[in-house]
Amino acid sequence: MQEQLVRLLTLQDANTRTVLLGATLLGVASAVVGCFAVLRRRALVGDAVAHAALPGICIAFFVVGDRNFAAFMIGALVVGVLAAGFVSFVKAATRIKEDAAIALAIGGFFGVGIVLSRIIQNDPSGNRAGLDGFIFGKAASMVSGDAQLIAAVAIVVLMATGLLYKEFKILCFDRDFATSQGWPAMGLDLGLMALVCVCTVVGLPAVGVVLMVSLLVIPAAAARFWTHRLGTMVVLAGIFGGLSGMLGTALSATIPAPASGLSRGWPTGPLITLVAAAFFLISLVAAPRRGIVADVVRRASLRRRVARQNLLRRVYEMLEPGGDLSATWSVGDLGRVRMSGVGGVHGQIRRAVRAGLVEAGPEGFLLSPSGQAAAVRVVRTHRLWEVFLITHAHIAADHVDRDADQIEHFLPAETLAALEAKLVESGRTPLGVPSSPHATLGIGAN
Amino acid sequence: MSTQSREHGTTRMGEGGGDGAVMPGVAGDRAASSNTLALESTCVEVHDVTVAYHRKPVLWDVDISLPARRLIAVVGPNGAGKSTLLKAILGLVPLASGEITIFGKPLKQARSLIGYVPQRETVDWDFPVDAFDVVLMGRYGRLGWVRRPGKADREIAMASLAKVGMADYATRQISHLSGGQQQRVFLARALAQDAQLYFMDEPFAGVDAATEKAIVEVLRELRSSGRTVVAVHHDLQTVPEYFDHVVLLNMRLVAAGPIESTFTKKNLQQTYGGRLTLLDEAAEAVRRGTPAEG
Repeated sequence: MQEQLVRLLTLQDANTRTVLLGATLLGVASAVVGCFAVLRRRALVGDAVAHAALPGICIAFFVVGDRNFAAFMIGALVVGVLAAGFVSFVKAATRIKEDAAIALAIGGFFGVGIVLSRIIQNDPSGNRAGLDGFIFGKAASMVSGDAQLIAAVAIVVLMATGLLYKEFKILCFDRDFATSQGWPAMGLDLGLMALVCVCTVVGLPAVGVVLMVSLLVIPAAAARFWTHRLGTMVVLAGIFGGLSGMLGTALSATIPAPASGLSRGWPTGPLITLVAAAFFLISLVAAPRRGIVADVVRRASLRRRVARQNLLRRVYEMLEPGGDLSATWSVGDLGRVRMSGVGGVHGQIRRAVRAGLVEAGPEGFLLSPSGQAAAVRVVRTHRLWEVFLITHAHIAADHVDRDADQIEHFLPAETLAALEAKLVESGRTPLGVPSSPHATLGIGAN
Repeated sequence: MSTQSREHGTTRMGEGGGDGAVMPGVAGDRAASSNTLALESTCVEVHDVTVAYHRKPVLWDVDISLPARRLIAVVGPNGAGKSTLLKAILGLVPLASGEITIFGKPLKQARSLIGYVPQRETVDWDFPVDAFDVVLMGRYGRLGWVRRPGKADREIAMASLAKVGMADYATRQISHLSGGQQQRVFLARALAQDAQLYFMDEPFAGVDAATEKAIVEVLRELRSSGRTVVAVHHDLQTVPEYFDHVVLLNMRLVAAGPIESTFTKKNLQQTYGGRLTLLDEAAEAVRRGTPAEG
């Protein structure tokens, strides 16, 4: 099987080469268009289009009377667009909301499609249509002419999206603003939906009507974890989508089918979807910043930092009445304080010693010079924070949901100066903070 | 008051000179266009406009003429159609009847003269763009189809961010900005549009004091350079301080005109119905006399 896979991926067979190329380009195009569909919240319309394609294909078979790929695609496109129009119409003309309208379209059109496909398959000539392949996708039944058509359409879709990148970006972010600049938002929406329809329809032979939407949505969702730039997201989604199309198709052709049942090999759609889902899972877990692992690490380090700051503040407040920050103290002195998690008081002190903030002396612990400085900083910030909450928070609550120790970076200089002045006034300036130029500046400014 | 503020405006324009108010790259252009537009004394004519959502009228037979080179507040209770008036002028909602002209032209020919700051809640702030990207969108309208923003556009976007005090946040993802900062980014995007006439939908809603101050600064600077701002505003107390002209709206037009003749207790009562406590405070603010500027 490995040899087979290698042979496939190294493109030794001409027909396979075309089919694989088609599936790859399809994956790229769907993922790229899918990014905008997802950001415009239109991804599920793609699902409705895909499901509505089945009756379209059946009708095309009735009309042409044979398996004609191009005719199938046209039939699928016409009925698919009809379904998208149905969704818009129901949403606009009735009280039914979009999600319900989409569910209506999916169920209704797909139901008709299944009925029609049974009728065709009961007919002796119907077997030739290969309709089952369109439900779950079957790249193996594609001939190289089909794949060429898919590749060509995918390239056109990619070019159109590339040209309209700026227009789609502004449409998806702020439709009203785009309209106010004179962009035809309705036309752009229709254009985007048209691209979604075209991608969906040409993707059917490879992915199938049931799972086509996943090729639009999953790569985009996975890419979003890695970046906060639209351009990067689109490129990454394209890569994920392309690889999903390629690997899924290759796997379906090489995994040996179970002896019974699926005598004609594995359907491609589920395998392509599974590869895409794997990319999503990896992104979900491992992506820097937005992934689960990064999140856990961040939370843990935040918890440790908060614990360290609490320790320093406690020690500082204990020593403050004596006026000597370099005095020796013992763990017992801290005993009454409730310390939140992370290994208890001893663990925290050990960590503080390792960090060089606390030194173990002969009669107990003492703050190192850097520990003293850190303690002063923590206490100063904490008190500024208190003053801020009391005096300013009702105006600027949305300014301050950040880590308190970064307060300096989030407040305008004049606010900070005013806060310092208030601290000085109330005699709560931490020891070791030289009566700073800020404070005087603050009083002057008042 | 209106003469007073005009004088004030001229002085400021003189002071402003070449720096600050004028953006790089388009200085010449703009000077020329503001000269021709400076001749116009009216920027927006709203004539017999009615707007309805699902057959329910929101604006009823509104007739207003807005003066150019003023800061104009649109004031009224919730559901009075303030945002709808802005959207109607911008062509974002269809008119059931009536006609609107901008600098004497139909909207289609006046698009490039218009800047817009929508309500902050109308967009998804988790969208994958940074502050700079958003501001750059202000340039899209001038680029036309397919063309990408160039170096000059980038410089203008950067300058606009700097004007609202957000230059340091250019590469910050927009979901990591505070509400006030997001509002400033929206304002910067409008500045990057380099328009003559700005429509702002509640630019002061939910912002912190520093942002409010920054926005007021920008509004005054816009007026000094001959621009007009029409803003939906909620805080009656600051209306006389921030604005020159007021439109009182409650589905129908109650009154429109310069603050001192129009922002009266009687008119406010008509606009808001019986809710007096709030109005008394506002009227008090008016009585205290002409607002201090700058």
